[in-house]
Formats: sequence, structure tokens, C-alpha cells
Amino acid sequence: MNSVLLMTTARLLISILLLFAIFLLVRGHNAPGGGFIAGLVVASAVGLYALAFDIRSARSLLRVHPRTIIAVGLLVAVLSALPGMFSGDPFMTGIWVDFSVGGESVKLGTPLLFDLGVFLVVVGMATIALLWLAEEEG
Amino acid sequence: MSLLIVTPIVAPLLAALAGVAFRERPVVQRLISLAGPLSMLGSGLALLVIVDSDGIQATNLGDWPAPFGIVLVADLFSAFMLLMAGIVSLAALLYSFATLRERNIRFGHYSVVNLMLVGVSGAFLTGDMFNLFVWFELMLIASFVLLALGGGRRRIEGAVKYVAINLLSSAFFLSGAGLLYASTGTLNMADLSVKIAQVDNQGLVTTIAMFFVISFGLKSAAFPMFFWLPASYHTPSIDVTALFSGLLTKVGVYALIRTFTLVFANDVDFTHTLIMVLAGFTMVVGVIGAIAQYDYRRLLSFHIVSQIGYMLMGLSIFTPAAIAGAILFMAHNILVKTSLFLVGGLIAQFSGTESLNRLGDMYRSKPMIAALFAVAALSLAGLPPSSGFISKLALVRAGIEAEAYVITGISLFVSLLTLYSMIKIWNSVFWRPAPQDAAGPVTEKPGGARLALMLSPALLLIGLSVVFGFVAQPVFELATAAAESLIEPSAYVDAVLGETS
Repeated sequence: MNSVLLMTTARLLISILLLFAIFLLVRGHNAPGGGFIAGLVVASAVGLYALAFDIRSARSLLRVHPRTIIAVGLLVAVLSALPGMFSGDPFMTGIWVDFSVGGESVKLGTPLLFDLGVFLVVVGMATIALLWLAEEEG
Repeated sequence: MSLLIVTPIVAPLLAALAGVAFRERPVVQRLISLAGPLSMLGSGLALLVIVDSDGIQATNLGDWPAPFGIVLVADLFSAFMLLMAGIVSLAALLYSFATLRERNIRFGHYSVVNLMLVGVSGAFLTGDMFNLFVWFELMLIASFVLLALGGGRRRIEGAVKYVAINLLSSAFFLSGAGLLYASTGTLNMADLSVKIAQVDNQGLVTTIAMFFVISFGLKSAAFPMFFWLPASYHTPSIDVTALFSGLLTKVGVYALIRTFTLVFANDVDFTHTLIMVLAGFTMVVGVIGAIAQYDYRRLLSFHIVSQIGYMLMGLSIFTPAAIAGAILFMAHNILVKTSLFLVGGLIAQFSGTESLNRLGDMYRSKPMIAALFAVAALSLAGLPPSSGFISKLALVRAGIEAEAYVITGISLFVSLLTLYSMIKIWNSVFWRPAPQDAAGPVTEKPGGARLALMLSPALLLIGLSVVFGFVAQPVFELATAAAESLIEPSAYVDAVLGETS
């Protein structure tokens, strides 16, 4: 497909989608959102790119093979479960760091890291499926 | 303590991930893949010692207190099973080092094996019904990939049958878990053990129990839900069949024993009598199916089914001695069944076929393989001084003590038929002269280090089976202690929910 309209809007939309995914990822701990849905948003951005341009350039958009993304995501999720054990708590216990940025209190913790892992796994898995199906179609 | 309980889940997972990083390096992948079995073996052993001296160990994941969070529990039964699973998966991996094609290693064979082990360890250790479901699913997905990996029409066909029937089983499991949660408000097994007696509608509880009988019955290939197993186990590479035979159905039996001692133990007259009927049919139908087979792996697949019946028999009699017998039988069966499949792999390697009709005279050409087979086969049939004898003795004695004469009689009769079909393999593979249309000798014969790598796993497992028979006393005491804590779950409940409950 070679639609100038789609190409132009896709460029614009993809950056918004990626920003939105980060928003969803960070917001997920207390409100609707999280790694899973953020991962799907990123995958749909890649899918949109594949529709507007072509599949090969969508693949190169990711820089690494989706399989690697899945593996790294799983690794991050597993590692996020470990810090709790070093402080003597059970496996997967959340550890939180509290600090202030410009007067606002910010809490960062291992559950966010776990969510990041989920996010990467979903990005990898969904793009593999999406691009593979698109290739079958073409 | 937390560390020791999560190690057999985390270590194989990390090994699977590391395997992805070293995709193009088969040698590195092989070494990494050992981490899974070794971690299970090591922590199984350590947990056995600790549980034996300090009592049941539990850890609340994420520090969420039970019964709200997910809890991992190690008692004697789960630690023992973890140890056995570690041993057989180690043996199956060693065998695959000598036989597996590099193409399959690149496809991630070892990573998937380790993912399956994550599921096996998780299923042994979890103390939560829904979590058990998740581990089963992980095992199912990984085993589906292992069945289908390498492609070919025959493999895909076997894999599709396998996955279809297992999805059905999962549906029953999930429905059962949902109903259980609706009627008790908890899925923590220890909590269920307390609350299930307080449910007003006990008829509903028995109905839910039937959902679990069907689901776990499908997983463990009990009658009348066994047909998928002989239809799919003969298609993958032999190390995969050996691994499956040692692990997957046994996890199903483990789940049955766990839930039907801890949770569904109020209506024993009905539920356990039903399990006894299933056990009898499973034994008989399995062994009769085996007698009709002329393919080495198919024949043994039917024997897997038949022997599941013995384990169910132990559960259904429901005395400490009988459950101890079932635990011993599981351990024995894990060792011997896996080793028989590995011997089958050796036979196929040297003769190029698994069809009994086209084999013969291997006793003369391969006395070592013949000896391995003979010991393993006699152990399977239950002749002393092997593990088979000890575990069948324990079961039969428990059966007679509990005056369950019919099922005990059936089990002895089935042992005889098992011996018959083992003799059939012996005669056609090793003893008689090679038939006219015998499979020609294969051109590429393994030698030297590779042959040693192929022989040693079977040797290890069969050796353990014999040792098992000689050190019967401590093993028997261990199984009895495990069974007593299953029948009387108060220690388990206290370990999970705390002494106050």
C-alpha cells in the first residue's frame, strides 16, 4: 500500500502511540494500564508502520529480533523478583525507593520493573505474531 | 528458606533464557540446560533433609500473607518428587546430548525443556489451586512445542491430538477451580482443606471433585481418558518421550494425590471408591492394550497407562500405608519407565527400527543393551530385588490390610500380564533369530564417548532402581512419613496458615 495520507499520519500517530504506551506503563501500578496493555499499544504502532510502509522496514524499526525482546523481558521480570530476597523477605517482595523530584514525592519499585518485563514480553510476542501474519497475507 | 523453594523454579527459567542468548552455540546450550535438572535435584535433596528435620516449609510470594497471596510449600512428598524429577530429566538430557540434531538445538529445544521443568517444579511446590493451573498450562505449552519441534506430518498429528485433549482437561480444571472459589471463597489449598468441610452443600463439593477427577485423570492418562497418550508419545524424538513418560503423567498423579488428600477428603466413600474403579480399569485396559502392540514405544506407552492405575490404587485405598505405596510406585515408575524408553532409543539407534516384528538376535550383538533391558523389564514387572518389587509389595500389603481384595487381586494379575509383555519384547528383540525382513544394520553407528553418553543415563536410572530395592528400609520410611502427613494435613495447614488457625 502506498498512501501518502496514511504514511504521513502514521509517522505522527506512531510517536503519539509510543508516548501513550510509556504513560500506560508507568501509570499501571495504581490505575488502569500496565505493562501488558502498553505492550499491545507498542505492537499496534509497529503494525501500523507495517501497514503504511512495508513489513521489512517495520522489522528494522525494532532493531533487534522480537525473540530477543521476549527473552530480555522475561529476564527483567525474573530479576525484579530477586531484590526482595536480599533483604530477607520472600521471593517477589516489592522493594520501594522514595525520593522527591522538584518537591513531588516519587516512588519507584521492583513491581514497576516487573511490569517493564511484562511490557517487553508482550511487545516481542505481539510483534512476532503480527508481522508473521502480515507476511503470510502478503 | 525462601531461596531453596524458589530455586527449582527460577534456575530452569534463567537457564531457558540463557539458552536463547547462546542460540548458535550448541555446546554452551547443552551445558546451560543442565542447570534446570541439577537445581531440581539439589533443592529436592536439600528440602527433603530440611523438611525431615524441621517440618513443612512454606514461603509467601511477594510477602502477601496466605491465604490471600500465592504460597509455595515443600513437604516430604513434593520434595521427593522434585528429586526424582531432577534425576530423570538429567538422564534424559544427557541422552539427548548424544542424539539430538543440532537443528533442533538451534530451534531452542533445550530452552523449551527447561521451561517445561519450570512448570513441573511449580506444580510440585505450589499451594494454590489456580497457581497449579498456571503451572499445568506452562507445562502443556512447553510439551506441545517439544512434541511438534522438528516438524513432519506424523509429529504434528501427534502434537495436535495431545494439545486438543489437554485443552479439554484445562477447561475442566478451570471450571472446577471457579466453582471451588465460588463455594468456599478461597483457592489456597491449606485454606480449602479447612473451609471445604464448612460448605453447606456437600453435594456440590463432590461434583466439583469430579471436575478435578476428569481434569487430572486426563493429564495422568487414567481410564477412560488415556487414549491420547499412546496416540502421541511414539512420535517425538526418544529423549522427549523418555522425559514425558517420567514427568508429565506423574505430575497429573501428583495433583490427584495432593488434592484428594488435602482438599477433597470429606466424601471418601464416594470419590475414592470411584477412583478405585478407575484404577482397576486403568491397570487392566492399559496392559491389554500393551499386549496387542508390536511397536516398542507404543507398547511401553500403554504400560505407562497401566501403571498409572497402580498409583491411583494406592490413593483410592486411602490408608497411610497405601499412599506410601503409591509414592514409592511413582518414584519407581519414574526411574524405570524413563530408562526403558532410553533403552528403546539405543535399540533404534543400532537397528534402525522400533518395530518388534523386524528386530531380533540383539542378545548376541549387543549384550550390554540386553542386560539393561532385562533388569529394567523385570523391575517393571515387579521382581525382586528391584524398586518394582518393593513398591508393589507395599501396595499389595496395604491393599490386603485394608481388605480391598478385588483391586489387590487385579493388581497382581496385571503384574503377570506386564511380565508377559516384557517377555514378548525380550523374545522378539533380543532372543529369537533375526527375521527374514529384519531391519538392516544402520550405517552410522555411534562409538566411543558418544556411546558412553548414550548408555550412561539408562545405566544410572536402572542402577538407582536396583539400589532402591536394596535400601528399601529408609526409602520406605520416607514414603510412609510423607503419606502420613498427606492423610493428616494439619501440619501442612499449620505451616501455610500459621499456628493460630
